[in-house]
Amino acid sequence: MNDSHYCPHTPEEIQEMLSAIGVASVEELFSPIPSELRAKTFNLPPGLSEFETFDKMKSIASDNGGGMSAFVGGGFYDHIIPAAVDHLSGRAEFYTAYTPYQPECSQGTLQALFEYQTAICRLTGMGVSNASLYDGGTACAEAAMMALRITGRNKIIVDGCVNPFSRQVLKTYLYNLDVEVIEIAPLDGLLNREELAGMLDESVAAVLVQNPNFFGCVDDFTALAQQVHALDALLIASVYPISLGLLATPGEMGVDITVGDGQSLGNPLSFGGPSFGFIAAKKAHIRNMPGRIIGETVDKQGRRGFVLTLQAREQHIKRHKATSNICSNQGLCALRGLIFLSAIGRQGLVDMARMNRDKAEYAKAQLVSIPGVTALQSAATFNEFTIFLPKPADGVVAELLRKDIIAGVPLGQYYQGSENCLVVTVTEKRSRKEIDLLVKELEVAVCN
Amino acid sequence: MAEMYFTKEHEWVKVTGTTGKVGISEHAAHELGDITFVELPKIGKTVKQFDVLAAIESVKAASDIFAPLSGKVLAVNDELDTTPETVNESAEEKAWMVELEISDSAELKNLMTQDQYNEFLKTL
Amino acid sequence: MQLIYEQSVNGRRGVKLPVSDVPSAAELPENLLRRESAALPEVSELDLVRHFTNLSRRNYSLDTNFYPLGSCTMKYNAKVLENAAALFAPFHPMTALLPGGVEFCQGSLGMLYDLGQMLADITGMDEVTTQPLAGAHGEMTGILLIAAYHAARGNKAKKKYVVVPDSSHGTNPASASIAGYEIITVPTASYGDMDIELFKKAMNDEVAAVMMTCPNTLGLFNPHIKEISDIAHSHDALMYYDGANLNAIMGKVKPGDVGFDVIHVNLHKTFGTPHGGGGPGAGPVGVKKELIPFLPQPRIVMNDDGQFLLEDQKAASIGRTANFFGNFSVMAKAYAYIIMLGRDGLIRVSEQAVLNANYIKERLKAYYDLPYDMTCMHECVFSASKQLEHGVHAIDVAKFLIDKGYHPPTVYFPLIVKEAIMIEPTETESKATLDAFIDVMIEAAMTAETNPQLLHDAPVTTPVGRLDETKAAREQNVCCIG
Repeated sequence: MNDSHYCPHTPEEIQEMLSAIGVASVEELFSPIPSELRAKTFNLPPGLSEFETFDKMKSIASDNGGGMSAFVGGGFYDHIIPAAVDHLSGRAEFYTAYTPYQPECSQGTLQALFEYQTAICRLTGMGVSNASLYDGGTACAEAAMMALRITGRNKIIVDGCVNPFSRQVLKTYLYNLDVEVIEIAPLDGLLNREELAGMLDESVAAVLVQNPNFFGCVDDFTALAQQVHALDALLIASVYPISLGLLATPGEMGVDITVGDGQSLGNPLSFGGPSFGFIAAKKAHIRNMPGRIIGETVDKQGRRGFVLTLQAREQHIKRHKATSNICSNQGLCALRGLIFLSAIGRQGLVDMARMNRDKAEYAKAQLVSIPGVTALQSAATFNEFTIFLPKPADGVVAELLRKDIIAGVPLGQYYQGSENCLVVTVTEKRSRKEIDLLVKELEVAVCN
Repeated sequence: MAEMYFTKEHEWVKVTGTTGKVGISEHAAHELGDITFVELPKIGKTVKQFDVLAAIESVKAASDIFAPLSGKVLAVNDELDTTPETVNESAEEKAWMVELEISDSAELKNLMTQDQYNEFLKTL
Repeated sequence: MQLIYEQSVNGRRGVKLPVSDVPSAAELPENLLRRESAALPEVSELDLVRHFTNLSRRNYSLDTNFYPLGSCTMKYNAKVLENAAALFAPFHPMTALLPGGVEFCQGSLGMLYDLGQMLADITGMDEVTTQPLAGAHGEMTGILLIAAYHAARGNKAKKKYVVVPDSSHGTNPASASIAGYEIITVPTASYGDMDIELFKKAMNDEVAAVMMTCPNTLGLFNPHIKEISDIAHSHDALMYYDGANLNAIMGKVKPGDVGFDVIHVNLHKTFGTPHGGGGPGAGPVGVKKELIPFLPQPRIVMNDDGQFLLEDQKAASIGRTANFFGNFSVMAKAYAYIIMLGRDGLIRVSEQAVLNANYIKERLKAYYDLPYDMTCMHECVFSASKQLEHGVHAIDVAKFLIDKGYHPPTVYFPLIVKEAIMIEPTETESKATLDAFIDVMIEAAMTAETNPQLLHDAPVTTPVGRLDETKAAREQNVCCIG
C-alpha cells in the first residue's frame, strides 16, 4: 500500500489487525462485493502534498476577479465580520463536533444554539426559533410547508417582490405536491394589495412577503396580517436581519412565521455559502416547526442544561411523517450569527443598521443627480434601492464590472419590462470614496 | 358499569350506550415511557374503525392512536394538553382521550375483552 | 454556565464600528421602525471571548476525543482544508449571475465543475450538481429529479410510491414524502439486507424509486444489489443511492455501475469536511445521463474554449434547490481533500476504514451481541442485549464511554436492531486509539455484570449529568425572553 494522508497504520500494525480479524489481506474484507460488480476504472489524478494542494487552491481562487467594490445584494450582503467570529467559531471543539445527540458532552453547542434561538426571537419579535435551516430560500419553502400543515389547506400566495431565487426554491420544493402557488406581480416595487385582496379566501394557507423586498422597499404588513388572520390563514415574512436593527419587527406586525437568510450575521460571502436560514414563529406553532430545537432542562442535581427537544417531530423518529426531512443544518453558521450579534451588541446593531441606511441614502441622492437617472419613489428603503437608468442596466453593469465595480442587480432578468432598472446595495463597508467612484463610473456608462 | 374493549394496537374503548371513551392501555403507556404530548382530533371528525384517530409522543417516540370503532368525535380530553403525564399516571381511567359517537356497535366483535387482552399481552 | 444574556450590562459595548463618513439620513416614518432595540447581548469583547471559549470546552469533538458515531463518518478534518476554503471568503455569488459576470468567477465555477467531474468518477455517474446543501437536501433533490423524469414520460400520476428498506436512514422516507410520494417499507431479512422476496412482492409499476444505502446501515454490502436494481428497472422505477456510507467503497465499486441512477454524497462524511456541530454539510447529487435535463438551475457547463458558463431557465429543470451554488466553502474543502488524497489515497481511505471496523467487530464480538455476524464494511452494529440481562441499556454503555473520554457510538439506530450500538471508527484513527477504545468497551461490558449501577449513574465527569428530556419536551423553554 502507498503512503496516504491521514491513514496512520504502519504495515506491521495492519498485519496485526488482519491476524486479529482472521483474514490474509485487506482485499479479503471486500469479498462481500461480488467480483463482477467491482469498479473497472478509477481515473482520479495522483495525490498531492498539503503544500501543493494549498498552492493549487490559491491558483484557483486567483482565477476569480478579486478586490471588487460590491454594491450588490440579492440576498447576500458584504458586512463587517468582527475578528472574534472567526476565532471563536474556529475553535475545533465547535467545528469538529457533530449534532449534539449526547447532551452531557455537547453542552457547548447546545447552550450556544439556545442562545442563538433566543437572539433570533429577540431580533424578530417572535416566540420560538429553531436551531437553523439551510438558507433563506429553503427557509421560505419550509415555512410554506409548515403553513400547509397548520392550516390543512393547499394554496400559497407569494408576493412577486420576494427574492426571485427564494421564489424559485419554494416552487421547486412544492413541485410534486398537490399545492397551488400563486405569484402576484409587483406594483411599483410593492405588493399589489388590490390584486391580493381579490385572491384571498379561505382556501389560502399563507401569504409570503419580504421586508425589505427585492426592490429594496420597506413596507408595513400590520394591516395585511389582520386581513390574513381573518381568514384563518398565516402570514409568512422573509426579513433581512441587519435591517431589524432599525425596522419594525415581524412580531410587531403580527407575522406568524418569520424566515430569512442569516449570511449577513457574521458569515462571509464565500461565493454563496454556507450561510444559514432562520425560521421563527408564534409559540403556538412550535410542534409544526421543522428541524432541531434546543430546550432548557435540568439534571438530577438540578443543574441547568440543554437538550435537543421535541425530537418526535423529526425524521429520525417520525420518518415519513416528520415535519421536515432536514437532518444536518447549518449549525456552525448559526453559531457565527450568535457570536456576531453578541460582538456587535444591542446598540451596535442599531448603529450598524443606521449606517447602512445613511450610506444608501447618500448613494441614492448622488445617483439620481446623474442626468436621466431617477429612483423608485413608491416607498422608503433601507440599504438597497431601485433606480431607473436611461438605458438597459445589463450593459451598464457589465461595463462597470470591468472597472472592478459590481454596480447592482439589473432587474430585467427577473421582471419583464424592467430592463432599465438597477437595484443598488450599500452596506456599512462601502466608503464614501467608493460610493463617489460608483456614481462617477455609472455616469460615464449611462452617458455614453 | 361501562364495558371495556381493547385493540391489538393497545387502544381501549369504554362503551356506554351509543358512545365510547377511547384511550391507550397501561401496558402501552408503560412501553412508550414518559408521555410529552397527545395530539387530539377536532370535534366532529368522523373516523372508520382502525383509522388514525390521534397521536401520542414521548421523548424518543411518536405513535399513532387508532380508532377502536367507527364513529364521530363528540369530545376530547383537553386536560391532556397541559398534563400529558396523566397518560402515565392513569392510562385507563383519567387519561381518556376521545369520546366517540359509535356508528356501528357490531364492530365490537373485532375487539378483545379485558380477559382476552390480558391473554394477548402474555403472547408479546 | 451563565447565558451570555445573563452577563449583559446595560450600555456596555462590544466591537467598535467604523465612524460613518456620510451625512445622517432623514428618519423613517414611525410605523416602519421597531419600537425598542432588540435585547441582544451587551458584553465586552473579552467577556465574549471567554464565554464562547468556555462553552467550547463543554463539547467533545473530533479534535479532542475519539468520535465513532456510526453513520456519520467522523474522520479527521485536515487543517489545510480550512485555509483553502478561506481563500474564497470575499467572492460575492451574485457576480456570476450578472451580465458578463461569469468572467470574474472562473476560478469558483471551474472548481465546482471539476469537483462534479471527480465525484462523477468516484460514483459512476454522468453529471453532478453541487447545489444541494446537505445529505437530506440531496435526497429531496434526487427524488424531485426522479419525479421530473417520470413526469416527462407522462407518468406523473401513475408513479405514487417510493420503496425503502426498514433499515434506512429516517431522512429517506422523510425526503420522499416531502417530495410527494407515499412510502413502502420492506423488512430486513436474517442475512442483514432488504428481504429480496418481500421486495419483489412490494414492487409494482406505480413505484417511482427504490432508495438504498449500500453498504447499508448495518455496515453490510448487499450482494443482491444488481438484482434489486434490475427488478426496479423492470418496473420503470429508478434506483436512488444514499451516499452516507460511500466511505467504504471508493475505488472498489461504483454505484453507477451496479444500476443506481441517482446518488447523493455527503461531503462532510466521506470527503473530510467538518461537521460544524450539526452542519453545514453539503449533498451534491449525481445522475445518469437520462436525468441531466432535469438538474437544478443554474447548471455549470464548460464551453469549447474551456470557459465555464451558467445555464439557466431550462424548461425541463426542477428549478433551484438553493439560492446560489450550494455550500461553496464546504465544496472547496472537499475539492482540496480529493486532489490531496488522489486516486490511491481515496482507495486507501476505504480500505483502512473497512479494516478498522472489522478489527473492532472481531475484538468486541465476544462481549457484545453481534446480530449480523459477517464481514462488515466501514461500520459494525452490536446490540446491548447481553447487557440488558443485567438491566443495562445501550444508552448506559454510551454514558459510561463519555466518562472515559469517548464520544459514544450511535445508539438505537438502525431501528431494526434492539439496543443498537453502531460503531464507525473511520480510517483516520490509529491502532492505539482503537485498542484503547476496545478496552473501555470491554470494561463497560464487565461493569454491566459486576456493577450495573455505575453505568446507570454515568456520566459523572461532565458539567451536567443525564438531563431530564421529558421536562424539556413538556415545558418547551426554547428561548430566554428578556
